[in-house]
Amino acid sequence: MTTASLTSGLVAVRPEAESAPVVRGEVTKTEDSKMGATTHTDKAAAAPAKADDSVSFDTHLGNFVRKVIPPLLGFALVIGVWALVAMKSADFPGPGKTWDAAVVLFSDPFYSNGPNDQGIGWNILSSLKRVAIGFGVAALVGIPLGFIIGRFAFMNSMLEPIISILRPVSPLAWLPIGLMVFKAADPASTWTIFICSIWPMILNTAQGVQRVPQDYLNVARVLNLSEFKIITKILFPSVLPYMLTGIRLSIGTAWLVIVAAEMLTGGVGIGFWVWDEWNNLKVEHIIIAIFVIGIVGLLLEQLLLLIARRFSYGAN
Amino acid sequence: MNAIVKVENVGMSFDTKKGRFIALQNVNLQIKKGEVVSLIGHSGCGKSTLLNLIAGLTLPTSGVMLCNGREIAGPGPERAVVFQNHSLLPWLNCFENVYLAVERVFGTKEGKEKLKARTNEALEMVHMSHAAQKLPHEISGGMKQRIGIARAFAMEPQILLMDEPFGALDALTRASLQDELIGVMEKTGATVVMVTHDVDEAVLLSDRVVMMTNGPAATIGEILEVKLPKPRDRLALAHDAHFVECRAAILEFLYQKQMKKAA
Repeated sequence: MTTASLTSGLVAVRPEAESAPVVRGEVTKTEDSKMGATTHTDKAAAAPAKADDSVSFDTHLGNFVRKVIPPLLGFALVIGVWALVAMKSADFPGPGKTWDAAVVLFSDPFYSNGPNDQGIGWNILSSLKRVAIGFGVAALVGIPLGFIIGRFAFMNSMLEPIISILRPVSPLAWLPIGLMVFKAADPASTWTIFICSIWPMILNTAQGVQRVPQDYLNVARVLNLSEFKIITKILFPSVLPYMLTGIRLSIGTAWLVIVAAEMLTGGVGIGFWVWDEWNNLKVEHIIIAIFVIGIVGLLLEQLLLLIARRFSYGAN
Repeated sequence: MNAIVKVENVGMSFDTKKGRFIALQNVNLQIKKGEVVSLIGHSGCGKSTLLNLIAGLTLPTSGVMLCNGREIAGPGPERAVVFQNHSLLPWLNCFENVYLAVERVFGTKEGKEKLKARTNEALEMVHMSHAAQKLPHEISGGMKQRIGIARAFAMEPQILLMDEPFGALDALTRASLQDELIGVMEKTGATVVMVTHDVDEAVLLSDRVVMMTNGPAATIGEILEVKLPKPRDRLALAHDAHFVECRAAILEFLYQKQMKKAA
């Protein structure tokens, strides 16, 4: 199959991979409840007089503790190590100092004293805006292109070598081109977001189109459906999960790249802010920024996972 | 007699990496209106291939296939197919799955209300009205196959093609769906071609059982007429002499004349 070579060569991630964490979550949940059930019986055996209500309360409590304690321990460990390192070093702020700085910072996130001194809220928002525009344009271009590549073997063979060469290039390498074309920093960083977001979208959409089950296409053929109905009722819904995987991968990369792009271009944005605070030697602000970037990235990913789950139609 | 489908000297071969593989050779068959025909044979004998040829999903490499005197050049709604794995679209609920087919066949001449009525009627026929708003993954395998059957019947095809429609179901569900199918066929007088490898199913449902020889180059070995009165009742038939005779004839064909070399 010629069409498969593109996707196999470039390793697009399938929706199965995306549903894996969901499944894993469910498994641990059932395991938890099983464990809960065993402790429940143990306790019931130890104290047979206990009422059912309190036992089930114990089970819930057990589940809760099992779910919450390990992550809390993880955070405690990191903060502990951080505090130790900070004690040994003069430059490195400890958790307490960082926390105080964060409280001050987040008490007024939306102040604005000119372009070089704005609240962290504005910085985050302007980064998100760039990601949204670059990413949106990439979706508008990449998804139809993916459909075309997936549907027509000719287009696939034509574009495959180009995509194979361009895809591994760091999006930041495109930044100078963006600066040259747009003559401004802001659209240039949006342009890098566009470049880095478009590959996963093209590849996953193309793969989704190639993997539309033959059964569904046979149904379309037997019913003799119109091309419009085939696209709306069969192609689009069955490609959707692949498309959403592409989108999720893109947004992850886009959020990684925007920080780096803004460090280079300046302006308003979380990446620029990190660089600015480094110039001001406010290391605690850099640590806060790292947390903020991580949390925003996590939220974006979870949001898309939520959407993806909404559109996954159980296995046949 | 007025044959709906005529298969004349049809051969089918596939080009594989190891060279040309001849699946079917010299197949001749006529299917009359209102007739129920089963295709039976060991796996790999090309019975599904023959069904796909009648459906028009694949085209023969030699010979002629006619439907109503016209050559079969591709699939069409006058030849509805019930697929083995039901092939319901998972993003449409049961009603919408059937409606998609109804709309395609009758949409140009009938209003929305009439189309909806047809869909509900088809669901009612297979006793699935209660699950109309459910998505396919929310119902059992037997129910999915019922919807698949409803979708095919709702198109009011001239001929209904079923590819091992109950193959993936357990024995009890299969029996109840067979009874259901008997009822529906009785009501609609449909012409049916069905692939099966269940001997009882073949005798219970068909007017004629077409027995196929082993592939490669499979062809029709024998054709058995089942002269049992309809509607048929599986319990009454269990001791019926003709039923037992037919069953024995098929078993003999499959396990003596066409014994498969131990695989």
